[in-house]
Amino acid sequence: MKKKNLFLTVGLFLTALMILLILVGYLWTPYSPMAMDATALGQRPSLVHLMGTDKFGRDIFSRVLKGAGATFFVAFGTVLIGTLVGTLVGALTGYFGGWVDEVLMRLNDALSAFPSFLLALVLISVLGPGRYHLMLALGIVFIPSYARIVRSEFARARSQNYVKSAQLMGASVPRILFVHILPNIWQVLLSAITIGFNNAVLSEAAMSYLNIGVSPDDASLGYMLSDSQTYLASAPWYAMCTGLMIVLLILGVGLIGEGLQRRQL
Amino acid sequence: MKKSMRIVSLLLCTVMLLTLLGGCGKKKEDDRRATNEIVVGISQDLDESLDPHTLTSAGGRELLFNVFEGLVKPTPDGELECAVASSYTLSPDGLTYTFTLRDGITFHNGKAVTMDDVVYSIERCRDENLVAGLDQIVGLSHTDDTLTINLAKPNAEFLSCLTLAVIPQDYADQATAPVGTGPFRFVSRAAQQNIVLERFADYWGEGAKLDRVTYRIFENPDALVMALKSGAVDLYAHLPSNYANQLTEGFQILEGTMNLVQAVYLNNAVEPLNNVAVRQALCYALDREQIFSMTSDGRGAALGSSMYPAFRKYFRDDLTNYYTHDPAKAKALLAEAGYPDGFDLTITVPSNYTQHVETAQVVAEQFRAIGVNVTINPVEWATWLSDVYTNRNYEATVIGVDASTMTARAMLERFTSTAHNNFVNYSNAEYDAAFEEALAATNDDVQTRAYLDMERILTETAANVYIQDLADLVALRDGLSGYEFYPLYAMDMSKVAYTG
Repeated sequence: MKKKNLFLTVGLFLTALMILLILVGYLWTPYSPMAMDATALGQRPSLVHLMGTDKFGRDIFSRVLKGAGATFFVAFGTVLIGTLVGTLVGALTGYFGGWVDEVLMRLNDALSAFPSFLLALVLISVLGPGRYHLMLALGIVFIPSYARIVRSEFARARSQNYVKSAQLMGASVPRILFVHILPNIWQVLLSAITIGFNNAVLSEAAMSYLNIGVSPDDASLGYMLSDSQTYLASAPWYAMCTGLMIVLLILGVGLIGEGLQRRQL
Repeated sequence: MKKSMRIVSLLLCTVMLLTLLGGCGKKKEDDRRATNEIVVGISQDLDESLDPHTLTSAGGRELLFNVFEGLVKPTPDGELECAVASSYTLSPDGLTYTFTLRDGITFHNGKAVTMDDVVYSIERCRDENLVAGLDQIVGLSHTDDTLTINLAKPNAEFLSCLTLAVIPQDYADQATAPVGTGPFRFVSRAAQQNIVLERFADYWGEGAKLDRVTYRIFENPDALVMALKSGAVDLYAHLPSNYANQLTEGFQILEGTMNLVQAVYLNNAVEPLNNVAVRQALCYALDREQIFSMTSDGRGAALGSSMYPAFRKYFRDDLTNYYTHDPAKAKALLAEAGYPDGFDLTITVPSNYTQHVETAQVVAEQFRAIGVNVTINPVEWATWLSDVYTNRNYEATVIGVDASTMTARAMLERFTSTAHNNFVNYSNAEYDAAFEEALAATNDDVQTRAYLDMERILTETAANVYIQDLADLVALRDGLSGYEFYPLYAMDMSKVAYTG
């Protein structure tokens, strides 16, 4: 590597830190994120409660750890669904063109014609609340953008010589699609994934901020943010800690994406 | 970094949106003072139909309290005063009521109220079984200005039934454009947005002091507090205490009780809640003091049965502490019932009622302490009404149940096994028998005793996990006065006025 890629380094460091925190949150938290404590309602940050406590006396630090895990989990699942289905649709339409392209991409257009947030809202109200439903709803909303990116890459690759040679050698279609072409567009897909991940984190936070798709019991960053709003004047650290966690989560992955793009140039 | 801006913009946008919602195109508070009108915040839309006889939600009743009146109507002291009737007499044997129609009283649409309208209203409620207690009427006869009602037997509760709304006989649009005789008349309604009432100039009595009241719907309490602060809303009646603490300037916070029974209502027909021991275990798991201190700064009146303290005669304080907080005993009961490891329980709550959602969160944690694995399922009000209340498709819910009339029957009849509004599917032969006894009683003491007995049965069989009569905090803008609390779930706007 010619020059140190600062974006990538900082991004990787931040993301690693967040993942570490999330892993710690899964295995151990200072207090149970659900445990209420009537003797410690709405406390300021202290050594006992690093980020203070909420109105029910629950430890905010524990809830932030757990909440970041929940948000990460939903964002990960969302991107996974979006990428898998999006890549499949994009690969088929881009490679074959013709009526397959027309039908699938018009469906794609129809899906992206809805404001994405509204579509997710409708899906949640049909599917019912719950973390997995939220994941599915957001995943479906994310499909069109991936499909579009992948399609243009596959359409470009279709006429290139290495694909032509593979066709002449009699390679099967799935082999050409996923063994020959896919590795060549991996870079583009990867930066799309990092951007998508950030959007997914924000969407999850926004949905749970609006109390959609989560139970008030669950520690979820968005829900906590909306909860903390009531105490913005009296307990600003509640909103700040929760907000900071979202910012760091996004910043890390965002920087990785930025770094990847710079490396390509 | 660009991305980190996004969350900041998300926050900013939300704040701007809320401010916008609070202030868009609405008159400022001074303008409202000049035109003698106020804006009242409410937390839910009303029932689809505004027909006063078929209303199911307490929120609808408290609003239409201003639009409709019966022959008599309740006062803040819990007494009954004449409204559509100008006077009434009761025969010495307690069997015959004679009402005189108020002279010159008219409906909001300008038509005079006739005895035919009164009889139509009573018969409609009786024949369609809309108001409990009217089945005691054995004779109903009227002249142009008097109405005679004969009862099968003396009944002290009966007069309360006649608070039922008097509505015009030949008027088809009651559901969309209600017409009554109250101090305010209905002007318009925009679904999910607002309901507008206007002073009824030809009201028989003193009449409303305000010219116009607009009820605006805020399903989100944060948006509501923002609207109160920004001057878009002048009055809000059921404020959670942590929100009340934010309204330190420019508002008076009045404190009363909501007059409802907040409980974890249990679907007595589903496993394992059909087991008395399981329900009792849940009662022992409950710690009311903790709920008060966590959700309402210690406010709230503890309850042990389906009756709240404003019903002085029928309230049994000895049932309040029938179950004390005792997790060990709760676990023992669960084990005895065959659930030593607890069970899964979903508590469905209407998400627009902050008090119920917060209570549910604390209750969930208390139930978890005895091994019951609680999931909270927040749903919209309309979903709650259809799934939980109407279709009874739920396990447990936290809600407040109020009385439609100031009678013990209004609180207790719903738990008889055949009651149409028995949404907890409670079924107890002893309870039904006690209710029959109360109905058959000709003597007020006997009847009261039967009702008190019914409360005892509800408590002993742990029909529901009774929590409290919620403290009612009312935020009223400085410069307004006259808000009065009723022993019913009612919000009387007719006495509210600008001072000075």
